[in-house]
Amino acid sequence: MSEPGLSARGLRVEFGLPGGRTARAVDSVNIRVAPGEVVALAGESGCGKTTLARALLGLERPTAGAISYDGTPLRYSTRALKAYRRSVQLVLQDPTGALNPRHTVYDAVAEGLRIHRIADNESDRVATALSHAGLRPAEKFFLAYPHELSGGQRQRVVIAGALVLDPKIIIADEPVASLDASVRGEILALLLRLRDEFGLGALVVTHDLGLAWSIADRIAVMYLGRIVEQGPAEQVLTDPQHPYTRALVSVLPDSPVPGPIVLSGEPPDATSIPAGCRFHPRCQVLASGAAEAAGVADQCRATPLPVLADDVGAGVSGDDPTRQVACHYAAAATRSEA
Amino acid sequence: MSAQSSGQTALTSARAIAWARRRAALAGFWREYRTQRTGLVGLAFLLMVIALALATPWVTDAGGLDPTKVHGGRLDAPSLAYPLGTDELGRSVLLLTLWGARVSLLVGVTATLLAIVIGSLVGILAGHFGGWTSWVLMRLADWFIVVPTLVLAMVLLLVLGSNLFTIIVVIGVASWAGTARLIRAQTLAVEGRPYLERARALGAGHWHQMSRHVLPNVMPLVLASTTLQVASAILLESTLSFLGLGDPNQISWGTMLHRAYEAGAVSYGAWWYLLPPGLGILVVVLCFTLCGRAMESVVNPRLRGGGR
Amino acid sequence: MTLLEVRDLHVTYHSSRGVIPAVRGVDITVEPGQTLGVAGESGCGKSTLALALLRLLPKSAEVTGQVRLNGDDVLTMTWGQLRAVRWAGASIVFQGAMHSLNPVHRVARQIAEPILLHENVSEAEAHGRAVELLGQVGLPAWRARSYPHELSGGQRQRVMIAMALACEPDLIIADEATTALDVMVQAQVLDLIADLVAQRGVGLVMISHDLSVLSAHCQRVAVMYAGKVVELGAAHDVFADARHPYSDALASAFPVIGDVAARHRPRGLGGDPPDPADLPGGCSFHPRCPVAVAECRAAEPQLLPIGASPRLSACFVAQQGKPVRPGTVKEPVT
Repeated sequence: MSEPGLSARGLRVEFGLPGGRTARAVDSVNIRVAPGEVVALAGESGCGKTTLARALLGLERPTAGAISYDGTPLRYSTRALKAYRRSVQLVLQDPTGALNPRHTVYDAVAEGLRIHRIADNESDRVATALSHAGLRPAEKFFLAYPHELSGGQRQRVVIAGALVLDPKIIIADEPVASLDASVRGEILALLLRLRDEFGLGALVVTHDLGLAWSIADRIAVMYLGRIVEQGPAEQVLTDPQHPYTRALVSVLPDSPVPGPIVLSGEPPDATSIPAGCRFHPRCQVLASGAAEAAGVADQCRATPLPVLADDVGAGVSGDDPTRQVACHYAAAATRSEA
Repeated sequence: MSAQSSGQTALTSARAIAWARRRAALAGFWREYRTQRTGLVGLAFLLMVIALALATPWVTDAGGLDPTKVHGGRLDAPSLAYPLGTDELGRSVLLLTLWGARVSLLVGVTATLLAIVIGSLVGILAGHFGGWTSWVLMRLADWFIVVPTLVLAMVLLLVLGSNLFTIIVVIGVASWAGTARLIRAQTLAVEGRPYLERARALGAGHWHQMSRHVLPNVMPLVLASTTLQVASAILLESTLSFLGLGDPNQISWGTMLHRAYEAGAVSYGAWWYLLPPGLGILVVVLCFTLCGRAMESVVNPRLRGGGR
Repeated sequence: MTLLEVRDLHVTYHSSRGVIPAVRGVDITVEPGQTLGVAGESGCGKSTLALALLRLLPKSAEVTGQVRLNGDDVLTMTWGQLRAVRWAGASIVFQGAMHSLNPVHRVARQIAEPILLHENVSEAEAHGRAVELLGQVGLPAWRARSYPHELSGGQRQRVMIAMALACEPDLIIADEATTALDVMVQAQVLDLIADLVAQRGVGLVMISHDLSVLSAHCQRVAVMYAGKVVELGAAHDVFADARHPYSDALASAFPVIGDVAARHRPRGLGGDPPDPADLPGGCSFHPRCPVAVAECRAAEPQLLPIGASPRLSACFVAQQGKPVRPGTVKEPVT
């Protein structure tokens, strides 16, 4: 069965480091982005979310696992990658750096067309992409240089540069993190509008759960190279099951999770992933003894958790089958409820 | 200049506007350059020398270079007929100096262009591809840097035989390595920019990335370094010619010095034979250096003094 | 006595681009043990304000008004007094601790340095104090022997805080001190700062673009726009129920999880913060304002109390008691 959209199975990306060590930045991830849905990929810096995004774009070659688009596995030949890039496009964090200062807006947006040798109606296509990105009238911006635009306009140019190839999926890495706060909403509204009007799917990589709340349909929370909780954004964010997600949500203002639960320590590094549940050294549930009381403390320390499937399989919390948590304690709690 | 003002022009003239913008960029460069006083002085003298060199065939008679057709005495001191005296064959030193400027400038500029082309190519390839490509290319460059340029050039000239063409090639081959290192460093800096990542995500191949993004961004540095390198190419040509490795059929400042030395101008006290080519080399090298430094500080504002 | 009292502070830069008024008449006060947040976007003058408080601005900046720290005017005091103030009176924690630490010295030595310089203590005592301070900011004693590059971003930021505390200041100014940190590390550092404020009774001025963080960690917050305070009030009230359209927009950039109104409805303002060298006439916010009326284009509103609440707002619409959020939200064309 071919499933529409972008999906990754068992994706693993490893980097060799000096000293012969290996960093497992992405460690067995299943993820899927369907057309017309916005998926947030959340986590702290160093959790592997950017590496995962780069791998999904074919910019990083995975060590293991496969990426497929509309059911067709991605191959890494130059030609296959080029074709793939008409479907899956990238929006970078910093629009100032993402635009060549020596290229005009027109050149920046037309770049994709020129790379893919789409010569017909170039200026019409550029104008359409710019106006879809909210830069109207588009002709007014054609010959402007990036430094003549505001931060929000620059990010719209970057988005237009992606849209010009008519992609089905956009991967946006912290699309608003470097923009001024008051401008962020506009760019996020644009992503939502593209989803509604063109059925565009988006994977939004972010550390900001508030942002995920305002635009994401589904959310996947990543910790140390693996997705630890995923499901509909509303459910995951208002009632997180994984202790890590709970902690992340609890430190936000007016959080639905009582707290704040401030985790001690920094995220451990990807060269030495703890045994058992990879979160257990920092886990507040384990530290408080609640896991011990539920009889899962030994499992937390020693038994590895299964990799979460992308959106099939049995959910641990009964209300929604797409809701999944990789946590021994949460699984035990669900079992005792049942 | 804002998006609004440029928007009033129709797209049909996009190319014209792109040119207008290039002109504006050039004007901006000139505005910055103008603030560099030494650079302006260098440029003025340089333009003068170039104008003289270009005008020489029209204002002078090439026949004066033929020893069989001249009437001057051997190593005559400056006089009204020969303002800078004569050489050992009785030719006007002034005439020789003017004609010599042409060869010196020609060799300097062409050899530099060759060196810059090789250096840029190697530097960009090494910076863009990295890995073993970079390793091989950079070890090659290291070899050229370590081997003394003069010795290398001498050996190559002895092997290839000396004429104008081989001199240019030899100087170019002997001096590309420094440029390659410079360009590679700059390429690496550009490679780290997000817009290259964006281009890759758009599906850009290596050629697109190098020609559309890397090259335009290293170009200003290349230009500045070219200007500086012309000076050293002229010096190298003069040195080689002075050592007797120049093209015997061409008159350059270096060959003039060589012949003056051979003819015993030093012991004879014929300063008028030694000074003009020597000063010519000095002035041209200084001018190119001043211009190059000025351009360098325009394209790389960090080098500008007094900024902090 | 009021710890920090800023009266009618103006800072004007004279540069090649002309005269740039970066801060245009700011009045704020901080009592001991109080925390004041200053919110605003790039170019609103909040960092200039922070630097002006300790007279750290370049010479090209023209500063007028008063900055009273424990009653003494920082702007008129002698260099000797100023030095004393900078070490013992107030200290400032900047963003980006990686550049503020000397890479070739161990962190304990860097913390001990100001103590050695300004207090008559032995090297061993100063080192002991440094280790103690590291403990207070939640770093184990063995970290004292680390070099900055061996620490993570959060740990370096804590070292910066320990340095700021070294001479026991009365006032701490944190300029985007936690912005570059992850949510969790940010929470750790902010908790730490809050504890210190509570335990030692120091005053805290926290400067950030993130109104949600300020609302959670400060008692009062001042929202700045184009060099002026446009709204001042209890932090949580400003965040949850803004009385200036700009604060409202800023607050909605940080949606609260569980707030159904924010779900799938991101809100923002068109345009960018204004160029301080070329401010619009009237209310400087009016070109971006969703509720601007004719009056806003004509005159600049003063910071006035709104109703009976201890809230100040510089908005004609809010001063007339009208809502500052437009009824229908639609994405304006850029």
